[in-house]
Amino acid sequence: MTTSREISRDGLWGNNVALVQLLGLCPLLAVTSTVVNGIGLGIATLITLVLSNTIVSLIRGFVRKEVRLPVFVLIIASVVTIIELSMQALFYDLYLVLGIFIPLIVTNCAIIGRAEGFASRNPVGPAALDGLMMGLGFLVVLALLGALREIIGFGTLFANAELMFGDGAQTLTIEFNKDYPGFLLAVLPPGAFFGLAVLIVAKNWLDLRPREKQEIIEPAPETA
Amino acid sequence: MITISRRQILISGIFLWLFAVAGTTLVTLTEYSSREAIIENERQLLLRNLYALLPRDKLDNDIAEDILELPASPLLGTDTASIVYRARLAGEPVAAIFNSIAPNGYSGKIHLLVGVYDTGKLAGVRVVKHAETPGLGEAVEIRKSPWIKSFDGKSLTNPGPSGWQVKRDGGEFDQFTGATITPRAVVSAVRNTLLYYQQNVDMIFKQ
Ligand SMILES: Cc1cc2nc3c(=O)[nH]c(=O)nc-3n(C[C@H](O)[C@H](O)[C@H](O)COP(=O)(O)O)c2cc1C
Repeated sequence: MTTSREISRDGLWGNNVALVQLLGLCPLLAVTSTVVNGIGLGIATLITLVLSNTIVSLIRGFVRKEVRLPVFVLIIASVVTIIELSMQALFYDLYLVLGIFIPLIVTNCAIIGRAEGFASRNPVGPAALDGLMMGLGFLVVLALLGALREIIGFGTLFANAELMFGDGAQTLTIEFNKDYPGFLLAVLPPGAFFGLAVLIVAKNWLDLRPREKQEIIEPAPETA
Repeated sequence: MITISRRQILISGIFLWLFAVAGTTLVTLTEYSSREAIIENERQLLLRNLYALLPRDKLDNDIAEDILELPASPLLGTDTASIVYRARLAGEPVAAIFNSIAPNGYSGKIHLLVGVYDTGKLAGVRVVKHAETPGLGEAVEIRKSPWIKSFDGKSLTNPGPSGWQVKRDGGEFDQFTGATITPRAVVSAVRNTLLYYQQNVDMIFKQ
């Protein structure tokens, strides 16, 4: 049995979806041109992960293994569609901002990865916690990458926060230099790859630092 | 390798089928119960967009309902039917708001709402959908730059035909630094919409 502490550590750091498993790159690279976009996709993914992990864990007793993958896909697709429709009905303004990201969640193989790798083998509590922590770990990376690209690309931080958090959040926007000409490369897809590389390097550097004296350094597990 | 009996295959098949039915039912129920709220939300958004172009006190009809379907037209940039919204005050025509398309943006079509007063003057223009580059062509959005307001009050005679271009091509409208293609496309789409209005004004307000 994995403890809650291990699950949290794994999700947030040790086995981080974006930095270690390198899953969900398609949505990650596509939408992180600003912090607000990154947080938006992060929240939507987090909710999906928690719900799909919970449902998969609940039915793990009777899913036959030959059909488990199509069943997981069905669950994830239904959850995502229901989230999209509910948001459109209940939080329309938020939907106008996040709406484009929601279909992208389906392309995030981290979700089916957690369903198969964790939720289908663990009780509901740990499965939901795993969804929450993996989702949080993903969200933090999305927000950091968004911040990095936004600062370099536009010279701002939290631009358009009011679209997500309401009009009061307009004051959140920070503009560092009115005449900043912008740096297009950071905003376009190559900037996403460079930015992600920087974050991965930073994480590995932090991981290795305290162990400098040890000779053996475990390589990160290979993932698809 | 474990062999699977026919019976097991059948059970698995039925199981999968049950899941498909359950998933589809849930999605259908959600769709059914949220449909009205979604339609109302979309209507409110449309009204917000329309009233951003026309002050509320200039009209007294239900502009979102007073619509006419226009056939595809090269001047509107449309290749399927599009909708025009008609504003009236005490039954008299005030303005028409078109759904036009600038087909030649940097990254494909730019969808516009173009409001034209019956005098032929522009009430205003807004970009409702586009895929232009962030930080470059994106400045046609009102959220990013006030540029789109430079159309307010313009008409086919102000500026004259040669003025209906970006400055780089000898016209009156600013381009953006390093991005001329997007504004060029929008300027020409707005001008074409004015031409369309001029040629079809009688048809638009008939009935
Ligand atoms: C990656 C990339 C994206 C671009 N996006 C746009 C755009 O969205 N809109 C635009 O008008 N020009 C865009 N451009 C610039 C055009 O290619 C073209 O150079 C410019 O519109 C011409 O303007 P100029 O003559 O003022 O330089 C982009 C260029 C690059 C390299």
